[in-house]
Amino acid sequence: MRIGSPKETYAADEGLFRTRTQWAWFGILLLSLVLFPFLSNLYWLYLVCLISIHVISATGLNILTGYTGQVSLGQAAFMGVGAYTVAWLDNHAATPFVLNLLAAGGVTTVVGMVAGLPSLRVKGLYLAIATIAASFILHFVFLNWESVTGGARGMNIAPPQAFGHELANADTFYWLVMPVTVVMVLLAANLFRTRVGRAFIAIRDRDISASVLGISLPVYKLMSFAIASFYAGIAGGFYAYFFGAINPESFPLLMSIFYLAAVIVGGLGTILGSILGAVFMTLTPELLRYGVDVMEPFVDDASALLSPVRTMVFGLLIVGFLLFEPHGLAEIWRRVRRFFHLWPFRN
Amino acid sequence: MEWLFFFEVSLAGLGFGALYALTAVAFVVIYKATRVINLAMGEMLMFGAYLFFGFAAGMALPVWLALVLALLGGALLGLGLERIVIRPLLGENPISVFMVTIGLSSVLVGLVEIIWTATPRSLPDFLPSDPIFIGDAFVAPKTFWSFVIAAVVIGVFLVLFRFWRGGVALRATASDQGAAYAMGINVPAVYSLSWGLAGMLAAGAGILLGSVAGISSEMGVFGLTVLVVVIVGGLDSVLGALVAGLFIGWVESLAGVYLGGEYEHLMTFIILMVVLLLRPWGLFGTREIERL
Amino acid sequence: MSILRVDGLSLAFGGLQALRDVSLDVAPGSITAVIGPNGAGKTSLFNAVSGFYRPQAGRVVLEGQDISRVTPPRRAALGLGRTFQNIALFRGMTVMDNVKLGAHVRTRTGPLAAMWYLGPARREEVRIRAEVEQEVFDFLEIDHIRRSPVAGLPYGLQKRVELARALAMRPKVLMLDEPVAGMNREEKEDMARFILDARDQWGLTVLMVEHDMGMVMDICDQVHVLNFGEKIAGGTPAEVQAHPEVIAAYLGSDDMATLRERLRGERGAA
Repeated sequence: MRIGSPKETYAADEGLFRTRTQWAWFGILLLSLVLFPFLSNLYWLYLVCLISIHVISATGLNILTGYTGQVSLGQAAFMGVGAYTVAWLDNHAATPFVLNLLAAGGVTTVVGMVAGLPSLRVKGLYLAIATIAASFILHFVFLNWESVTGGARGMNIAPPQAFGHELANADTFYWLVMPVTVVMVLLAANLFRTRVGRAFIAIRDRDISASVLGISLPVYKLMSFAIASFYAGIAGGFYAYFFGAINPESFPLLMSIFYLAAVIVGGLGTILGSILGAVFMTLTPELLRYGVDVMEPFVDDASALLSPVRTMVFGLLIVGFLLFEPHGLAEIWRRVRRFFHLWPFRN
Repeated sequence: MEWLFFFEVSLAGLGFGALYALTAVAFVVIYKATRVINLAMGEMLMFGAYLFFGFAAGMALPVWLALVLALLGGALLGLGLERIVIRPLLGENPISVFMVTIGLSSVLVGLVEIIWTATPRSLPDFLPSDPIFIGDAFVAPKTFWSFVIAAVVIGVFLVLFRFWRGGVALRATASDQGAAYAMGINVPAVYSLSWGLAGMLAAGAGILLGSVAGISSEMGVFGLTVLVVVIVGGLDSVLGALVAGLFIGWVESLAGVYLGGEYEHLMTFIILMVVLLLRPWGLFGTREIERL
Repeated sequence: MSILRVDGLSLAFGGLQALRDVSLDVAPGSITAVIGPNGAGKTSLFNAVSGFYRPQAGRVVLEGQDISRVTPPRRAALGLGRTFQNIALFRGMTVMDNVKLGAHVRTRTGPLAAMWYLGPARREEVRIRAEVEQEVFDFLEIDHIRRSPVAGLPYGLQKRVELARALAMRPKVLMLDEPVAGMNREEKEDMARFILDARDQWGLTVLMVEHDMGMVMDICDQVHVLNFGEKIAGGTPAEVQAHPEVIAAYLGSDDMATLRERLRGERGAA
């Protein structure tokens, strides 16, 4: 059982991790992330790289949708912008990958802010629909601006080069994507220790009151769009490098729904939720694939069922969590933690 | 420009627009009664079309029976969704309900693909196929007949909406739920009614759409255009649904022919953006006053 | 010289005239009340002063500066703090964050600095935290609930947190919309004390809408009476009580009985 955690200064009490136990767990997490590649195989490394990309994008979406309350169905399309930026630079400018990724973040930020302009005029469901429109328009651009995007054929991207090595496979790519993910998640968490994060939440909870209390809605809504898009852009850039090829169909509306599902399942408005949601939503299809493999000898054409079952399970997860566990996996996690904090006393 | 060709293209557009209008009416009915924006409408439409396919082609029932069963199935789907998923969430944050309908659309797509696979199919022909001419202009017979049927269904619906007890209850609930409840209207029953009715309308629209353009598990995308239609027309306006449905159908048809197929949906979404920025409550919708 | 002046304000929603040519002056350091029967336009007046409603005519002047065309957040930054009639706390935040949010108008940290949480951003947060703790939490006696989510708090405490948030703005004019509505006697007395102390300690000016006549008559320096969107009287509590139009306005409305009873009760008690 844990009782209280006295502090000497306000600064200490404002910390991201407030108890020694929390610091210890964070250390253990970092250590296991460092050790993971040495103890694991390529298949798991591949999955973890994919999860990392999803975590970045889901964290961005959670800032926008979970914290600021602006529902967006454009996250995948924004990732597309980042991916195409990286692809174009890779094919035309031969700039180093760090620069390409930053450019992907930058370009997507600008595009995301433009796509967020309707949020100044409409909100709630109307805004969600406007983001659907934005993603259709972006898809149109990917498909038809052939001189830049390669049209329906898409583009190929060479693996990133670092210190004379090609980061072509998951075992090397991991060392690029994982540190960036950790940093970006921490940056997002910091945001909500400050006035900017409070302004976001205030807009979500009561936008008009927030405005009367001194929060400029246009500024902070666009800022939220900008940050979410920056995350999407970086995630999209990694996506392009990771898969080595992109085309307009790489970023369908369904993928935006996937991210929305991830933040709902994980927990809207919690950083931990973005991580848990991305992990859960990436591993679920793998689990389904495993199930299909098991069923293969008994059911005709079991592998053909994989894709529809996956679609259905995504839907069921969204519906189920919203109905029965609207605060997501993060809330379940909190309950578990509380149980152990209070143990052996019952709450 | 060739006027006859323009006229033919316009007619084809209006024919398709009638299907938008029909589905949009279903959308508006749900919104008026329960204030839910149902993003699964396109998938409910798809499900209806597949039911018809299952009954008519799979089980080889006579077309009229398959039609009746598919419409009933659509209504049942609407009723079931309302009862199981939507009602527990009424009064919650509208965004949650909206996201639930997104989840439902995924479930329906998955279900259809599991039962009927993702391969596109065509529905058995049941519309007359003699060529139709209006003046000198040729209209594809399927388009013509689907327009006529959609118009008749909408007409019947409008009469019901205006005069039938259930229709009156629905309108009363839409304008003031509390007052309707106090006047002894069974509001939960109205919720069920609206979803059942909308499910049936959507199934009907799906069968018509399927017989014009074939069916596939991706035909739910149609629902996105319908979403644009209801926003342009105004979420709570039946008149808006009709006018905007025909208008969007017409614009898409013109854009598709004169600019190229890829511009069809681009035009739709550009119209949507313009409406959202200039008049977010739509052409005929009610403007909601914000309160502190 | 008034710190806040409302000048000929008219506001209509469609055909409904919520405010008609309302003018009033608020003297610096005073506690001024706006009273009137239900639907008289008191909250509309507040919302127009906050900038949420756009009046069709009239001006709002803060410290000699015409702020009629200034956006609500800018008005907040210029020194208009307020609370709301039906408590507008941010349910997703703790008491601490709600109150810190009040300090938004006088902090600067931008998104990039916030994400790295280094140097200036960190110092600013710690400074705000210390201020909130030392000035607001101690003063309003809510330090024990600082980490609680606001959603589960009892009504009286929620009202107090809302006041804390408004104080954290360090406003020049503190606008309170029914600060003691729905409170029991003890809570009302606490709230009255907080308002008086806040005025004295920070030299604030208080403008409030209140139904509780006892409270208004006790702590206010000036009272303005609205009826059907029009100002029918203004002056010291004693003047207003004696004003025939005021008595007529309350006559027949539900508030009359309460008003008379309260006035008699308060006088008897004093």
